[in-house]
Amino acid sequence: MEWDWDFVWQIMPTLLEGFKITILATILGALVAAVIGLALAIARRSPIAAVSRTVGFVSEFIRGTPLLVQLYFIFYVLPDIGIRLSPLVAGVIGIGVHYATYTAEVYRAGIENVPRGQWEAANATNLTTRQAWIHVILPQAIPPMIPALANYFIAMFKETPLLSAITVLELMNQAKSIANSNYRYIEPMTLVGVFFLAVSLLSVVGLRWLEERYARMDD
Amino acid sequence: MSVWSGYLTLILEGALVTLKLTVMGSALALVMAFLAGLGRLSRFFAVRALATTYIEFFRGTSIFVQLFWVYFVLPFAGITLTPLQAGVLALGLNVGAYGAEVVRGAVKAVGRQQTEACVALNLSRYQRMRHVILPQALPLMLPTFCNNAIELLKGTAVVSLISLTDLTFQAQVVRAQTGNTLIPFTTILFLYFVMAWAISTAMRWLERRMTRGLDGVRT
Repeated sequence: MEWDWDFVWQIMPTLLEGFKITILATILGALVAAVIGLALAIARRSPIAAVSRTVGFVSEFIRGTPLLVQLYFIFYVLPDIGIRLSPLVAGVIGIGVHYATYTAEVYRAGIENVPRGQWEAANATNLTTRQAWIHVILPQAIPPMIPALANYFIAMFKETPLLSAITVLELMNQAKSIANSNYRYIEPMTLVGVFFLAVSLLSVVGLRWLEERYARMDD
Repeated sequence: MSVWSGYLTLILEGALVTLKLTVMGSALALVMAFLAGLGRLSRFFAVRALATTYIEFFRGTSIFVQLFWVYFVLPFAGITLTPLQAGVLALGLNVGAYGAEVVRGAVKAVGRQQTEACVALNLSRYQRMRHVILPQALPLMLPTFCNNAIELLKGTAVVSLISLTDLTFQAQVVRAQTGNTLIPFTTILFLYFVMAWAISTAMRWLERRMTRGLDGVRT
């Protein structure tokens, strides 16, 4: 079978439609991962052993099981107990929580890199724990970890095709439906690959820039 | 009760397929990691370029896209693979690309003096790699290889989408036949977690084994 450029232009609008959803899912997923990851990292440092142990085990469990199965779990099991989510919302929650367990490790490393003296100084100046986190620790911990976080967001972008398994109409799903209705697989599948490769290569450039900008904070 | 035991057999059969995929995929990934990782350190520009292209391509697109490409597009080029072969090929090549960077990083992390000492002792390039550099680099690679193997295990869930009867696929079958969602998905999440745990335990054992005799060499 030959590569057909006419067909490529014909399917391009549909693919771009899907690509928009892919980007949307990535951005929303990144937000969820950034917020929940931070919460997990802080909960893991909790002085209450029960809290830190439970959070540790749950993260370990989420990291040890496939994202696809977790998506199925959210999409098929939750409606049975009365929580009905649209595919995109289920997908964003699934992918966001999965990557939150990874970003939590990044946050943890960043937080541990803040010198002990900062905590002691915060204590000495009579800041509450909450104030110490918000005004002293996090502002120092977060900038150096931005490149590592961005790295996970790129990885997350590459996992979004999994959302097609729970009927989110993103890039991969659009390509599959085009392929199935026209019985031409070469163009749609290759184009999906090209889209992903293009964004990944661009984001590598962006990542370099972030590293230049933030990673030298500790010098 | 007897009904459930039938379904349990189905799921265990799926676990066997997942296990097979993980082992075969890891074997391929290991070979590719060393080929491409050492290829990137080659003297010859062509070899370096080839290895870099392979790594960037497979890290830039997602495993899902690669799998669909292997399964649906390659047949048009005259290469028809069974779902299992397609799964092993895509998983092995994908994780191999990540592993290649680990190999390269570990080899580069072995001090320059070691290379210089080998040159001084008149060892050939092969002898230098085989007897001096790799024995020291391997223990450095193991922890990351462990993570990669777990990533591969998680990646196997995706092959259920090209109709390979792995754990995830069987859980979907059970769901379709019984209408029960909680039990099949919880069971397979648990099984995946046990496998991930087994991998990390085995790797820790291997790491202890390999660092034996290196005491005092590394700090």
